[in-house]
Formats: sequence, structure tokens, C-alpha cells
Amino acid sequence: MLTNALMIWPEQPALSLVVWLSLLILVMYLGRHQSHQLLRTSGRSIHRTMRLCARSLNLWQSSLAERNRAILLAEGEAQSQRIIEREFVRVNGIVARDLSHYPTLHRQISDTVSKIEQDYNSTIEAPPSPPAWLEVVETVAAIPRNGDPAVAKILDKIHDTVSDAHRETMDAYNKNSQQSHKTLSKMQPLWRQAISDLDNVKRNIDGLEERAEVIDQHMQNYERIRAKDDATLQGLTTSSLTQFFISALVLFIAVMGGLINFQLIAMPMSEMVGGTSYIGAMKTSDIAALVIIMVEIAMGLFLLESLRITHLFPIIGSLDDTLRRRMIVITLLILTILATVEASLAYMRDLLALDREALKQSLAGAGVVEANFRWIPSIGQMVMGFILPFALAFVAIPLESFIHSLRTVLGLIGQGVLRALAVVARLIGNAVNYFCKVLIHLYDLIIMVPLSIERLIVRQQDKPVRDSKPEPLALTASDHQGAES
Amino acid sequence: MKRYMMSLTLVMSLLTGCAETPPDSYAIYLLMDTSGTYTQELEKAQSIVNYLLGTLDSGDSIAVARIDSGSFSEKDIIAKAVLDERPSTANQQKRMFKQQLDSYVHGVTGGSRHTDITGGLIQAAEFLNETGAGERYILIFSDLEEDLQSGHVRDFPIELEGIRVVALNVTKLRTDNIDPRDYLNRLKDWEKRVVEGGGYWQVMNDLERLDRLIAER
Repeated sequence: MLTNALMIWPEQPALSLVVWLSLLILVMYLGRHQSHQLLRTSGRSIHRTMRLCARSLNLWQSSLAERNRAILLAEGEAQSQRIIEREFVRVNGIVARDLSHYPTLHRQISDTVSKIEQDYNSTIEAPPSPPAWLEVVETVAAIPRNGDPAVAKILDKIHDTVSDAHRETMDAYNKNSQQSHKTLSKMQPLWRQAISDLDNVKRNIDGLEERAEVIDQHMQNYERIRAKDDATLQGLTTSSLTQFFISALVLFIAVMGGLINFQLIAMPMSEMVGGTSYIGAMKTSDIAALVIIMVEIAMGLFLLESLRITHLFPIIGSLDDTLRRRMIVITLLILTILATVEASLAYMRDLLALDREALKQSLAGAGVVEANFRWIPSIGQMVMGFILPFALAFVAIPLESFIHSLRTVLGLIGQGVLRALAVVARLIGNAVNYFCKVLIHLYDLIIMVPLSIERLIVRQQDKPVRDSKPEPLALTASDHQGAES
Repeated sequence: MKRYMMSLTLVMSLLTGCAETPPDSYAIYLLMDTSGTYTQELEKAQSIVNYLLGTLDSGDSIAVARIDSGSFSEKDIIAKAVLDERPSTANQQKRMFKQQLDSYVHGVTGGSRHTDITGGLIQAAEFLNETGAGERYILIFSDLEEDLQSGHVRDFPIELEGIRVVALNVTKLRTDNIDPRDYLNRLKDWEKRVVEGGGYWQVMNDLERLDRLIAER
């Protein structure tokens, strides 16, 4: 219809087309300046808008990066502080446990040393018979007998007496030496005791030195964090990402455990709350089972918070110690009761399954067959029902890690998205700008015939002027701008 | 105080409102033809009921009634049960139901003189509508040959809105063998009555395909 309306001479479509094209080119030629302006302005405005967008996005990204950096540093700082505090607590433990006994230990060692000294003193040997005795014996033995039997007898008697006295002295000396050796051998445990006590002291001192080295390392780390070192920041980011993936994996395992737990108790729960009532689209029994599992997880959270293992609820951690201990007992008690309930539900599930199986067999006309070793799965289900709540209670630990690391991960994702958007905005701006330039050239290409004619005319008019004043070919303002673009 | 009471009432009403049973329970009414030679087919009906009992859950309803000379009567209901919400009790009810049906089938000696299928259908529709179940089925275990006692009026439209009527094991009569159109016309007539009454009609002669009857839950 429109085609027919556009036909000036319906019998000659080509001629009509030529006329229309000529008209179009004429109109385009006449509106060339305005069209160029429109295209150029549009291209530039979109280009600038996009650049502005990109700049805003970059600024957002920078502020987000700064925020992420602050979060990471704050978390790293807090973690370092916790570690250092824990190390100091350990040092305090060592000091309280070992070094507080140091005066006693010192007294023990002193006593031992005194005892050793006394024993040592008591073992000092009596001096052996002086060498003069030997000379006397030798002198008496050397006195000539001169054949007088009385003199010889007297001398022999003297010799024997001196020899006997010398022997007795030596025997006494030997006896004393043996006594001293016995005393010295009794001193051996005392030496060992002293060595052991000294080893203990050394070990304690070494332990303290090790703790001090660890504290030094953590302090250096802490100082690097405080100094906002880039390498430390990178390390914190990597650590946070690792934590994120590990905790996500553990949470996934916990979810699987929760599903198994749900399967264990959902069906027997219908014995308690009924199998026909619904809340929304879900069975009330299913919701009840879910609520039990959720309460168990919540109790686990509170228990670990009370034990100060996790720090999701600062108010619990800052409670008075007595109150906190009470909370530990209560949450543990509730958890145990719930675990017992789950164990009984798991057993009921087994009974129901047995009953259903027996019914199916009787409906099918077969006799009810008692399966062997039915007690094994029954006990297995009960144990699972009892253990799983406690296992789920520990989900608080990966949950805390996940939440903390999620902030970093979300921040990094946000940064990445903003950066990508900035690049895209810049690309779009440039592409639109160049596209508009291409359109300008395309426009000129369409109207190249009238343009060429115009240039010829202008050249003819400018010829005398150029002869007198050598200037480049004068172009219209729009041509000049077009050439620039 | 008044505001608190109002809020409490609102919350309670919301909770009780939410805890209602959604209409997805099943209600099944099995009509068993006890006329003439069809009594020999009752064992098949027994196995169908056993199969149905195996598929039904808490909250579902089931009833088995005989098609007698005048079936629009509650005394024709052999056994009925609304399965308890507790699975263990529901299992006990199923056992009781099976026992009742078994004792009835073993006690059947002679067939009824006449066959009032329409009366049975009306009785079944009444029972099913009272259960308020989402899915309602009438299973007719018969040759669909109605033989009314003189004086009984049954030529009026039956109200079967939303009820699925399934003809099971429709046996062919001797006359059907002579002229099969009798059989086809019989089925067509019943289909027309059921559809006009707002119900859905289905024939299932192959009992092996019974599992298709009730959709998987």
C-alpha cells in the first residue's frame, strides 16, 4: 500500500525511485549541517555520559575497595588481637601453673643441695695411717737381732704389735671408705632429683621462650596490619577466601546431615502432630521436624557462644561467668533432651516402617515374614538420631567463618562487578561516539554528488583569491569539523 | 488490653486457619455387584480393595458397598473408614477394613435378584461429598446391566459433580456376544449419565493397569 503511494509513475518504478532518491539527497544536502551537529552532539553527549558513569562506578568501586580493605584490616586486627590475647593467657597459664611453684622448687633444690653437701661432708674419708707407722715398722724390722733371743723376741713382738696396729687402722679405714661409698651411692637419687627439678625449670623457661617467640611473630603481624601493608592485606584476602570455601563446604555437609536428620524424624512426627494437618503447603509434621532441627542448631549456637568458641552474639560472650556457665548447662541439657527425643522418634520410625511392611504383606496375601537382625538398623537409627543433633550443634563454627568471610567475598564480587560495569560504560561511550562519526561520514558519502559540485564551485570562486594569497582550500565550518572528527 | 486480646485472637485464628487440611485427600467408594453370576468376580474386587488400601494415606476415606436390588441404602455399605491422622492407627483401620471385607466376601452365598446401580451411585456420591475430599472416586465393579425392581424410580439425572466414576472389570453378557453393540451402548449410556451429572467417566477392564487409576502422590 505504502509502496504504491510512493510510486510517482506506477509504470516506471525505477524512475520514481530515482526521483525519490534525488529528493532525499537534496534534503540531506540541505540539512547536512544540522544532521552533522545532531550526530556529533549525540555521540559526544553519550560518550561523556558514559565516561561520567564509568567514573562514578570507579569511584564506587574505590570506596567499596576502601571499605573492604577496612573490613579486612579490622577483622585481621581483631583476629591478631585474639591470638595474642590467647598467647598471653597461655603464658599466664604457664606462669600460674609452673612458675608460681618456683619458690617451692627453689626450696626443694636448696634442700637437695644442702642434703648433698651434708652427705658429702659425711663421706670425707679418715686419713689413712700416717707414713711414720711404716717407718717405725721398717725401723723395728731393721734393728739387728745380734743373736740375743730376748732382744729378737722383743723386737719381733714390737714389730707384730705395730703391724697389727697398722692392719687394724687399715681395716678401719677400709670400713670407713665402704661406708662413704654407700653414702655416696645413696646420694644418687638426690642428684637425679636435683637434675630433674632443674630440667623442669629449663622446660618452663623454654616454654616461655617459645611462647614469647610466637607472641613476637603475632605482634609483628599485628604491626603489619596496623601499618596497612599491601602484602598483609593480600594475605588477609587470600585467607578470607580460603575460609569462605572451606566453611561453605562444611556447611554443605551440615545441610546434608540436617536432611538426613529430617528424614529420620519427619515421618514419626506425624504420630505426634498428625499426618493430615498442613500449614500452608507443608505438612505440620514436616514443619515440626524442621523446628526441632532448627532448635537444635540454635542450641548449638548458644552453647558454642557460651563456651566462647564462636563470637556471633557478643552479648552472650560478655555475660557474667556464672550466668554463662548456667547457660552452658541449660543449652547442653536441652540439646541432650532433643537428641533423646530424636533417638526415640528414629526408633518409632523403624517400628512404623515395620508395621507398614507387615500391612503391605498381609494386603498382598502373603504371610508376615520376620526379618533377621532387625535390631541392627533399629539401633543404628537410634544412635544416628542421638548423635546428629550434637554434630549439627557444631555448625556454629563454620557458620561464623562463613558469615565473616562472606563479607569479604561479597565485597570482592561487588568490586569486580563495578569495575566491569565501568569498563562496559566506557566501551559503550566510545563505541557510540565512533559510530556517530561513522554515520557522519556515511551521510557525506550519500550526498557526495552535491558536495563535490559545491566544492568545485567554491574552488572556482576562490581561485583568484588563492592566486593572490596562498591559503589551503577553504572549507565550510561543518567540513572542517567533519574532517576533525 | 483490648488491643492485645484482638491481636491474640487474630494470631490464633490465622494459626488455626493455616492448620486446615488442604483438599488433596482421596475418597474412594467401591460398588460391588452382587447380582447373579457376578458374585464369582468378588475375589477380584477384594484384591482391588487391598491394592487401594495400600495406596491410601492418613486422612483418606474408603467405603465398599454392594449393589443390591435397592442400593440407595446405608445398610448396603459393607465397610467404611476415614483413615486416622496417625499412621499407626491408620494401619490398624486398614487391617480392620480388610477383615470386614474378607468376612463379607466369604459369607456371600447367593446373588441379589435385581441390580440397582443408580441407587448405589447416588448413595456413593452422597458419601463422597460428605468426606470433603479433593479427589473423589466411585469404582463400579459390575457388568453395568441395571435391572430395577418394579416400582423403583431411577430415570432422573444424577448429581456427580467433580466425581470420577470408573467402571472396572465390565464383564460381557451372553447377549453382548451376540450383538456387541449392546455392550457398547450400555457403556455409552452410563457415560452420558455420568457426564451429564458433572462427573468424569472412565472404563478400566485391565486390572493390571490399576496403578494408573490413582495418580502417584
